[in-house]
Order: sequence, then structure tokens, then C-alpha cells
Amino acid sequence: MDYFLTEEQQMIVDIARQITDEKIIPQRAELDEKEEFATDILNDIAQADLFGLYIPEEYGGFGAGGFEIVLALEQFGRGCVAIATSFAASALGAYPILLSGSAEMKQKYMPDVASGKKRAAFALTEANAGSDASGIQTTAVLDGDEWVLNGTKQWITNAGEAQIYSVVAMTDKSKGARGASMFVVEDTDPGFSCGPKEKKMGIRASATCELIFKDCRIPKDRLIGRQGMGFITVMKTLDLSRPGIAILGVGLGQAALDESVTYAKQRVQFGKPIISFQAIQHMLADMAIKVEASRALVYAAAKHIAKHPKDMSKASSMCKVFATDMAMEVTTDAVQVLAGYGYMREYPVEKMMRDAKILQIYEGTNQIQRNVVGQELNKEYTK
Amino acid sequence: MLQIDIEACIGCGVCEEECTFDAIEVIDGIAVVNEKCTLCGSCVDSCEVGALSIEQKEKVVQADLAEWSGIMIFAEFRHGKMVPVSFELLGIGRQLADQQNVPLSAVLLGSGLGDAARDLVSYGADIVYQVDDPALEYFTDEIYGNILEDVAREQKPEVVLAGATAIGRSFIPLVATSLATGLTADCTQLAIRPEDGVLLQTRPAFGGNIMATIECPHTRPQMATVRPRVMKAVEQDAERKGEIIDYQPKPERLQSKVRVLQSVLEEQDQVNITEGDTIVAGGRGLDNEKGFELIKQLADAVGGAVGASRAAVDSEWIAYPHQVGQTGKTVNPKLYIACGISGAIQHVVGMQSSETIVAINRDPHASIFDVATYGIVGDLFEVVPKLIEKIKERRG
Amino acid sequence: MNIIVCIKQVPDAKDVRLDPKTNTMAREGVEAIMNPFDRHAVEEGVRLKEQHGGTVTVLSMGPPQAEAVLREAVSCGADEAVLVSDRAFAGADTWATTYTLGKAIEKIGPFDLILCGKQAIDGDTAQVGPGLAKRLNIPYVSYVRKITGFENDTILLHRLMDDGYDEVEVPLPGLLTVVKEINEPRVPSLKGKMKAKSLSIKTLNAGDIEADAGSLGLPGSTTQVVKVFAPEFKGERAMLSGTVDEQVEQLVNKLEPYL
Repeated sequence: MDYFLTEEQQMIVDIARQITDEKIIPQRAELDEKEEFATDILNDIAQADLFGLYIPEEYGGFGAGGFEIVLALEQFGRGCVAIATSFAASALGAYPILLSGSAEMKQKYMPDVASGKKRAAFALTEANAGSDASGIQTTAVLDGDEWVLNGTKQWITNAGEAQIYSVVAMTDKSKGARGASMFVVEDTDPGFSCGPKEKKMGIRASATCELIFKDCRIPKDRLIGRQGMGFITVMKTLDLSRPGIAILGVGLGQAALDESVTYAKQRVQFGKPIISFQAIQHMLADMAIKVEASRALVYAAAKHIAKHPKDMSKASSMCKVFATDMAMEVTTDAVQVLAGYGYMREYPVEKMMRDAKILQIYEGTNQIQRNVVGQELNKEYTK
Repeated sequence: MLQIDIEACIGCGVCEEECTFDAIEVIDGIAVVNEKCTLCGSCVDSCEVGALSIEQKEKVVQADLAEWSGIMIFAEFRHGKMVPVSFELLGIGRQLADQQNVPLSAVLLGSGLGDAARDLVSYGADIVYQVDDPALEYFTDEIYGNILEDVAREQKPEVVLAGATAIGRSFIPLVATSLATGLTADCTQLAIRPEDGVLLQTRPAFGGNIMATIECPHTRPQMATVRPRVMKAVEQDAERKGEIIDYQPKPERLQSKVRVLQSVLEEQDQVNITEGDTIVAGGRGLDNEKGFELIKQLADAVGGAVGASRAAVDSEWIAYPHQVGQTGKTVNPKLYIACGISGAIQHVVGMQSSETIVAINRDPHASIFDVATYGIVGDLFEVVPKLIEKIKERRG
Repeated sequence: MNIIVCIKQVPDAKDVRLDPKTNTMAREGVEAIMNPFDRHAVEEGVRLKEQHGGTVTVLSMGPPQAEAVLREAVSCGADEAVLVSDRAFAGADTWATTYTLGKAIEKIGPFDLILCGKQAIDGDTAQVGPGLAKRLNIPYVSYVRKITGFENDTILLHRLMDDGYDEVEVPLPGLLTVVKEINEPRVPSLKGKMKAKSLSIKTLNAGDIEADAGSLGLPGSTTQVVKVFAPEFKGERAMLSGTVDEQVEQLVNKLEPYL
């Protein structure tokens, strides 16, 4: 369907599509097989000026809005969710600095992120704090001119491949939700290390590791914004970035649909291509409807969020739930359509199905998203 | 410019159907030409009411056209050996020379030629112009071009042929431009039109999807580079007599601004599939690298080399030097066995002149069967192992 | 370094088919693209500029729609674009093409290096590069696989040969034709696309390049196409029948002389 993109938006789509077709798709199976980080492809994305899409012009970026990054991510998601995640997670790591950091801090870090010279990562989750983020136990204590961090973060995307980490730590346990703060930790800081790469079901080319802070000392000016503002920054960051994850579901669903239709037209059984059988046609129709509906919802949410920073939560959560649940359904159906061939690693759909699962889990599980929508409805109607 | 006489045009649309390039359309009952027109003239011939014509100033025909006579080939000599295409050129050259009743000459350039010229005579050359000089040890476009140009100007052959090799395709355009004459690259067929002695040069275009026949009517010599492994050399005759002339180029013609520092031979996988008598080739139908092993086993059983379609090479089941086809090598072994290869034009152009072609494919409509001498429709994973077994049995 | 890259808009050759019954080239669904070898030439030009400074000008002889590939080249790093276009160029073979490009380059001005792709995928002749170099009377090297150095107005490079490669030195100004192995062309950048969109393309016609009419297009060509046809193949088709064992038996019998 025509979404009436502007010329500039179409340019972004065209470049992202070219990168996806020429660089990502030819390499995705091997990178998944070898669990290898796609450094070269991320460099190509950087050279195409896409790393700086969401970064303001004064810091070397393009100054485009959240909708534009969604357009690029849709193409990358169609190629490989792992590689797209590596790209999106860098944005996730940069957002706290853009949202709450001082001008000096932005000037220090954002130009390198915009040029792709450095990558970022976002560190919140811990072994005992997933959906219940307030349960984090990593601490940050002010000692003279330095903050000292202690604790362990779990399942951090881009860990080991990023140079800039936005880390959430407790600065005052007694204040509860107001007791957390965010800090910038650099990969060279003393007392900071990464654990080995986790072995995952899907998005295997994405790097996921533990972060270990053992008396990790960082200068005082690494505090992002003000003390105690940690969770507020986290919430805003996640609301802002959620459409980026949702759109990965759309891209992934589209890719799965494309493979399914192409296959159904070629595969002949009982003397006919299987697309001529109603059972298959109905499956494909439902898949197509879901993909398009998700696309429309994510586009609308992204545009809304770009203009209404104070009213992000409901739109953000809605689009994430819908598009990622859709992606899981559509990719599972794709394997079914390709049947035996779909189950084989030689064909791309089994990877798509494995990749889809994480979309329902990270950036806030779909159960939490439903909580958010429910609570927003409650607030809306109490007037 | 294509001229359309709108009074004469009856809007019948025959020209529109005839046009290969979609360049002419009947709009509102009159033929209209667009920018895709290449002025090939097919529509002019097809128009039954004579409404079409191509306005052309009388082409200036080269003044001394009639003086140009004889067939000349460029023999390629590199790293101390004659490149096989030289004998193939003599093969087709001999045919053309006999048809025109003119001599066949060869130009041989290099350093340390020994009696390579003798070989050229034994393969059909009547005259060999040779230059044996250190300046020719390495190939440079300028020096090789200068000498061939000078010899051609002096001897005035009506046709000059060279191999469409890295060397030929590089410097022959230079010679053609210097002689202000036409050149057709990579020809797969050559014939002389009896009525006027014009050389009809046929070559593949659009990656081999289309064949085009080209002529060079108004200038001489008519030049062409010829695709290696397509033409056949004649039987070698050691007793054959011919003239070997030591040509002396002027010193300034042996100068080149471009310098070759050294020439590096590369072991391309120790494979040159163009040499052998038998090739067993595999394509997409092998499904994966492991499946491709079957091809290697069959090749071993028949004592042949392994070939591949582009699909197999792109999937990285085997290295590029094994690729046969438009963007790979052209081969013409005595026996070519194609397994799991569909027979797309781009592959077939690389092996169609093989003596005997065997095709094994599960698709009865696969185009490969159109060129195969023998075909088996079946699952190659069933057929090939049995074939290997039977062959080993026969060979004992 | 002032670099000129000659590029051509071509139909995507792999999709072009000739219907043998009607002898018509099916053009629907065939995209017009930048000749793939030219993408590598543009990329090499841009890399040389990035390393040694200077400008990259892309030049194309073609119909007005060829502008699209000129803009594509600018979006990948070229600085200026020139289109030389005129109905008089129709039917040009490589002789007439090199004449026209040579005249256009005279108008563009002094240069250090001209880059071309090895060949165009529609004509496949690989003749324009060398022919153009001769017209401009400059040295050239074809099939360049790698540029290894640039010093004192001389380029050092590897030239691909059938049996390996040659190490070659070329003095500038000169012309090189490049093969695909030379580099991995970049994808356009967003800034590049915006520049390409707003760039004013210099358009020259036959009069602007002060060309002699008799040297252009079909009248100026030394060769002409007289026939176009679909490749035909002959094969004495003998499809072997029976069970797999029977088929194999028959085949091996027939192949006796080769075993």
C-alpha cells in the first residue's frame, strides 16, 4: 500500500533496501551459522549515513525523526533481524544521552555514533531484574570525583562490540524508583569487562553478553542527566525505541511472506502449484493481512510518537505487541507453507522463525506491554 | 534518421511487429519511431508500401577498398609458448582464404620465438611475419599495436583476425582505431558473403541472450576478435610449405609509454578445464556442496575435469576457475556430462561445441536437453552413483 | 587528481530475451541499470579522489533517461556529471562512440585519469576504452585488477591476464579499464543522494561538442548490425528410457569410445 512517503523518506528506504539486498541477504545465513557479528555490514550502513539518522544535525547526524529510522529498520529487518538488532541496539544505547545528557556529553559522544565510528549499547537487565526493572542491584557510589560501579548486567545486546554503554545503576536504594541513575561507561574504563557471548535460539549474529562491573571507576561527569532520574530516562528511551523493534517484526513478516508466496507458486503437488489450493491461499492471505496491518500500525505509532513525546506509551506498546506477535505467527506459518523444505536450514524461513521469538521478549515482554496498554486505558477513561 | 512517409503509410503495423527493439509503434493509424531505434533497417525491408526509409548520405567508401586482399591473423605467443587460439584462427582463416582464393598470413610477435613460426605454417599459414625482439617480451598494447598496424598497412589484408583473449581484446581496438576501421569483438561465427566478399561477423550480445551479425562494409581491413575454443584448427601438416619473413619494425615503433615490470603466472587451482577431453559439470540440481562431491566422483571415474554452472560457483560449492559459460570458460571437450544443470543460455554458450553432450536432469523440460546428444530424465542422486559403478565396472 | 569516469546506462542483460518466433526483444520488465563494470570504475575513481584529492566527473553518452545513472554515480561519491545526448548519435558503433566521447572530453577540459568499466553488458565488445584512449592519444591499460600505487604522475597496477597478472606502470594522463575484482562498490549515502537530486547535470549536444555530423551515429560508424536473432542449438536428442539401471546401461554403451 502507498504510505505517501516524502522524497527524502523514499531515499532512505531505497538506500536501506539496497544495503539489505546487496549486503545483508547474501551473508545472513553464514553469519547466523557462525554467530559472527556483522562489522562490515554495519560499516556499510555507517558509510551510507544511516547511523546518524536520528542524531541531531549539530552532532553530525541527519536530524530525522523516529519515523525515518523505522523506515530503514524495516528494510534491515527484512534482511536479517540479528543485524538489524545490532543497528537498533546502538540507537537504544545513544537515546539516553540524547534525551537526558548535557550538551557537553552529547558533543562528546554523538558525532562518533553518527559516523559509525563508535557503537553504543543499553544496559538495564540483570539476572534478578527483567520485567521488574526496579529490582536492579548494580550500584553506583560517589567517591570523590569518581563514581564506582559494582554489579553485573545480563543479556546486553552489542556487549563487547560497543564502545559506549548507557548503564542503569542504583544510587540510592532508599528512594525506590527514584533511586536509580544512568551513566556512560566506556569500554576502556577500569573495572569493566564483558562475559562470553551467549548461545541463543535466534539472532545469533547479534552479540549478547554479560557486563561485569567490579569497582569500575568513571569520572563524575559521566552521570547522564540528574541523579535519581534513571528510570524516567529508561522509560522514555524504551517508549521512543519500541517502534524500531516493532518494525523489525514487520520487515521479518514481510520477508517470511515473500518466501512463502514465491515457494507456493513454484512447488507443484497433485499436478498444480500449491498456491492454487485454498488451504494455502488462506494461510498466505492471513499472513499478508497481518503484515500490512502491523505496518500501518507501526508507521502510525512512530509518527505519533515523533510529534507527541509526552504521549508515547500507549502507541509504543500497542505497536510492539501487535507487530511482534504477528511476526511470530507469520514466520511459523511460513515454515508450514514451505513444510519439509521450510524446516531445513538451507532455506531461510526456519531462521526467520527462530529470530521472531526474541521480538516478543526484549524491549519489554509482550505481557508487560499489555499491562501498559491496560493501565493507559484505565487512565484515559477516568476523566 | 528513420524517415516515415505519412502519406504512404497505411498503419498496417507490420513494421511494429518486425522491430526487434520496440522502437516503432502505430499511433492513430501512422507509424511513429522513438529513441530506441538503432537504424538496423529491418522495418524498411518489411514495409510493403515503401513508406519507410533511412536517410543516409552516401557513405564514403574507403578509396582503395579493392586493393585490400588476403586474410591475416594475429598469433599470440606468451611465456615461451604459442597460445592455442592461434591455431584456431588459422583454422577459420584457412577456410576464408580458400573461399576468397587469397593467401593466409600470420603476424607473430614475441621474444625468444625459436621456430614457432614453423608451427604456424604447419597449421595452415602461407606467410608468417615475425618479430623477435626483447621489447616484445612482455605484452604492451602500444608496441604490439604499432607493429600489427604497420604490417597491416603495408600488406593490406581484407580481414584481420585475433583471439578474443585478454591480449587480443585489449590491443586490437587500438589497431582498429589507428586504421580507422571497424572491429567486432568475440565472434563465434565468421563467413564471407560470396556476392561481395564482405565478412559476416556473428557474436553474442546481451550476455549471450541474443546473437548479432555485423558487417564492416566501407572500410578495410575488416577486423574481428574470435572467441577461443569455438573455431577448429586444421590437421597439423609438418610438411607444409610457407614463407617466414623477419619483419623489421622502425625503432620508434618499439617504444611504449606503459611499462610492464613483471609478469606473474597464477596457479588457478591447478585447473585448466579447457585442456581436457572430458568434463563432468554440476549445477543447481546438486543442492549443496556435499551433493557436488558426486560430480567429482564421476569425473574421477571417467578421467575428466570438473566443471560447474554459475549457480554452483555462486553457491561456493566449487571455485570460479571451474565455471563454464558466458562469464566463465568456454570449453569444447569430446565429452561433456551435465548433471543438475538446467541449460540456461548463459551456460550453454560455454559448452555447446562439445562433441558429445550428456544431460541428466529431473526436469523433462530442461533446456539442456535441447543441446544434449543423450539425455536421461531422472534423479541424479540415483542415476549418477549407478553410472559411476557401471563405468568402474567397464574400465575394470 | 582530475578523474573522468565514462559510464553507460544499459538494459539488465540477464533479463533480455529474444522471442525466436517474432524476433522481438522483450523489453517489458527489463530494468535500465548502470553497466555493472562501470559501478566498479566509479568506485575506484571515488577511492582515488578520497586518497589523493581532486574531483570525479562522470560522463555518459546516451538518451535523456541516462541521467539516472549519472545521478546514481553522484550519490556514490562522484562530484560532477555530464550527459552528451543527441538524436544524431543513434546507431553509433564503438568507432562513432569513441569519437563522440573524445569530443565531449575535449569540452570538459584537462584531466589526469580516465576510468572505464571493462565492457558494457549489452554490447560486450570492450572496445570503447582502448579506442577512446587512441582518440585522445594517451596511454592505456585494460583489465586493471588492482591499483597498487600512485607517485610522480605514474600509476602502478596489476593487469589481469588469462594466465595470471602483469605488474604495470602507466604515466598520466592515461586511461584504465577495470574488472570487477578491483573493488566492492559502495552503496549510495543519504548525503550523496541529496546531492545527486539537486545537482545540475551539464548536457551537451552534437553542436556543443563541435562534432562533425558525418562522424556521428550510424553514418559515422564503421560497422553495422545487419541481423539479430535468438541463439539456436542443434542436438540429436536421444532421450534414454527405461528404469534407471536400463538407462545407465544404455548410456555407458553409447559412451564406450570415451571410456
